[in-house]
Amino acid sequence: MLALLGPSGSGKTTLLRIIAGLDFPDRGRIIFGGDDATRVPVQQRAVGFVFQHYALFKHMTVAQNIAYGLNARRRSERPEKAEIKRRVGNLLDLIKLSGFADRYPSQLSGGQRQRIALARALAVEPRVLLLDEPFGALDAQVRKDLRRWLREIHDRTGQTTIFVTHDQDEALELSDRVAVLDRGRLEQVGTPDEVQERPVSPTVLKFLGDTIEVEAIAQNGQVLVQGRPTPLTAPQGLSGPVKLYARPWQLQFAEADTAHLHGTVRSSYRTQGRQRIEVDREGAKTVVVEASDTARLAQGREVGLRIVGGWVFP
Amino acid sequence: MSDAVASLPDSPDGTIRPAQSVVTERPWIRWLLIAVALTFLALFLVLPLITVFAQALAKGWGAYLAAFTEPDAQSAIRLTLTVAAIAVPFNLVFGVAAAWAIAKFEFRGKNLLVTLIDLPFSVSPVVSGLIYVLVFGSRGLFGPVLLEHDIQIIFAVPGIVLATVFVTFPFVARQLIPLMQEQGTTEEEAALTLGASGWHAFRTVTLPNIRWGLLYAVLLCNARAMGEFGAVSVVSGHIRGLTNTLPLHVEILYNEYNFVASFAVASLLAGLALVTLVIKSLLEWRYADDIAAGTRRH
Amino acid sequence: MSEAPRPKRRFRQRTVIPGFGLTLGYTLTCLGVIVLLPLATLVAKAAGLGPAGIWAVATDPRVASALRVSFGVSLLAALTASIFGGIVAWVLTRYDFPGRKLADAVVDLPFALPTAVAGIALASLYAPNGAVGSQLAKIGIEAAYTPVGIFIAMVFIGLPFAVRTVQPLIAEIDKEVEEASAILGASRIATLTRVVLPPLIPAVLTGFALAFARGVGEYGSIIFIAGNLPYVSEIAPLLIVIKLSEFDYEGASAIAVIMLAISFVTLLAINLIQAWSRRRFGYV
Repeated sequence: MLALLGPSGSGKTTLLRIIAGLDFPDRGRIIFGGDDATRVPVQQRAVGFVFQHYALFKHMTVAQNIAYGLNARRRSERPEKAEIKRRVGNLLDLIKLSGFADRYPSQLSGGQRQRIALARALAVEPRVLLLDEPFGALDAQVRKDLRRWLREIHDRTGQTTIFVTHDQDEALELSDRVAVLDRGRLEQVGTPDEVQERPVSPTVLKFLGDTIEVEAIAQNGQVLVQGRPTPLTAPQGLSGPVKLYARPWQLQFAEADTAHLHGTVRSSYRTQGRQRIEVDREGAKTVVVEASDTARLAQGREVGLRIVGGWVFP
Repeated sequence: MSDAVASLPDSPDGTIRPAQSVVTERPWIRWLLIAVALTFLALFLVLPLITVFAQALAKGWGAYLAAFTEPDAQSAIRLTLTVAAIAVPFNLVFGVAAAWAIAKFEFRGKNLLVTLIDLPFSVSPVVSGLIYVLVFGSRGLFGPVLLEHDIQIIFAVPGIVLATVFVTFPFVARQLIPLMQEQGTTEEEAALTLGASGWHAFRTVTLPNIRWGLLYAVLLCNARAMGEFGAVSVVSGHIRGLTNTLPLHVEILYNEYNFVASFAVASLLAGLALVTLVIKSLLEWRYADDIAAGTRRH
Repeated sequence: MSEAPRPKRRFRQRTVIPGFGLTLGYTLTCLGVIVLLPLATLVAKAAGLGPAGIWAVATDPRVASALRVSFGVSLLAALTASIFGGIVAWVLTRYDFPGRKLADAVVDLPFALPTAVAGIALASLYAPNGAVGSQLAKIGIEAAYTPVGIFIAMVFIGLPFAVRTVQPLIAEIDKEVEEASAILGASRIATLTRVVLPPLIPAVLTGFALAFARGVGEYGSIIFIAGNLPYVSEIAPLLIVIKLSEFDYEGASAIAVIMLAISFVTLLAINLIQAWSRRRFGYV
């Protein structure tokens, strides 16, 4: 299961549509399991596509929607009526909507429509299942349930799946591999751990979560901030001014004489057992620090911050 | 919130008088405007309609029914039905094809194309007839060629059909274009990814989605096709029993001072108009969203 | 990939939806044969006369009088239809009263009723011995067989345009805007004239222009009630029919082209109004 992750306008939906055969590449090829599919028309690509707003056929019942792909086949390739019925039944079981065969899409909730759209795409036994922002139009709770459920289905069927999302949590939780796109360019492909631990560019890093950007100097393999060494090592061949990026939890409060950054507390708030503190720095950007939920820091208090982790890019 | 909610005492004299609503007028202005509007509609629209039926029945049912048993009337009915039976399906196919090309694709010159399709609506009915006389008439563009092959279009049924097609040309297309534009292409794309051929997708997905809009357009197109007078009058030649449609028959009878027969035939057309309006209103009330995308101008 | 490939300027964007060539080809063929070729023939015929020839036709006293009647009366009729159509649209959308839906359906009658039927009905109703005509005669108004009759028929034919262009906009008026105006201290009259009505002006103008264009070209509903007296109550479309019956194709074409030209100016005006309205109010 691959996630295409990127900000809006990064081309992830276009890429998905190109894979499906709904849009056309200016160059490059589409390869399915070794077969070149670039010139194969959409009807013969054997893809399952779940549209962002599902594109269910409003005038057809749930069962008719799911059976559509089977009924659209030429007579010689079309399964028997009973067989179609059996398959629709199985898919309805799979998506846990067995009693809904004769309903119309307008009588269903968003989450149910989403599952019907998935069953319809699966009915034609696609080589690859493509989902465009599968949870984009759903509210938070339904979204969570559906995520877990989609992962279960995937584990059970082993269906090759590509889905598009702009939500990094969704991508990191669901997928085996993540492809990060930015402005039409593929930045990095890797497992969720790889892209989180070893991002190849600041773009990937910034897109995967809150970051703090600090001016630093690379010198003899060491990275210095304000003249003080950090635990980071500079990549080979890099020296001179560099940029250091860190996550909010890679900063710790420290005494002024060991700190890399200084500032005053602007505000703090608690969230899910942690504390997030905004620290104003003179002449530089405000940074967010995440710390365990201990005593609150008073507003306006002077603090020092140590960098305990992060990444270095030119 | 932990603050206690203090309750406000009632107004001193214990009564609550509703203030004048700020989003409507005073009652007397409302009723005055309603009266003006209804009087106007009655004078200009309802009274003429009643007149048709009153005049048709002025000499009783016998005289009324006699108007239809006359051979010329029967041939007029037949011709009107024939013309509509050709013109309406033609414009149906044209309208669906044009709406498909315009609504489902992006190409240059699209706005110009839409304007050109709309053109017949802004041409006077008489001019709509005139242009076919200029093309197919005996002294027209193709006149000599047609004469040579002994084909008659003007002052014959083909001319009437052509003029009718022209005046009803935009009906279906202009109803369907905004509707199909609003529906977009995702459902068709979904059908294609499921392996459907283009034709199969059109039949099973597009057509059901536009059926009410299509029915609506065909209804209006048919009413106009059966009722067209000016354009048909110019190309028909008014040959009784041969090239007289119902509206032309009404005219001839009227000009012969045969008022009862004239209004009787007219009442048939008025009945058609009423049926059209009733179905149209029903469609609008039930399927408003499936008929039009926002506007409903003709 | 340092330089992105420039998207080629194509006649159309590529898409998987099939049938473009077929449907566009069919559309263009029909359009060409049914609409463009005949209209081009008309223009060519009139052009054969040359500008001087067309001018001569246009200034012929009988033609000039017919054009004056057609355009002048249509202007008055469109104005009347717009004013009363506006009231009808307002009443039908904003007020609730018994029979509202019926009245709403009746507005479309002129779209559905064949013009010849409307014509004989109006003629018999407004004739000196007709139900309304006899009442009008008592106060000294001769309706049938005068320009007044033409006016009545044109109001009939133009009314639905005036109502239906304004109605959707009245329905969309945001009541909160009216409430805001009232909260800011405006009287109802001030709210109406300064907040509610100004955005409706473009639609009213569009309805006026449509009714006007329709009235100028109208034939069937007018000829029965007009009396068709040359120089008095003869309309331009009728003159085309007369010229045709005299086999004066050039004369007929010249009048037709003059009418078409004025219709196009009207349509252009409508488009300009709508473009302006879209900029000014964000909708048509």
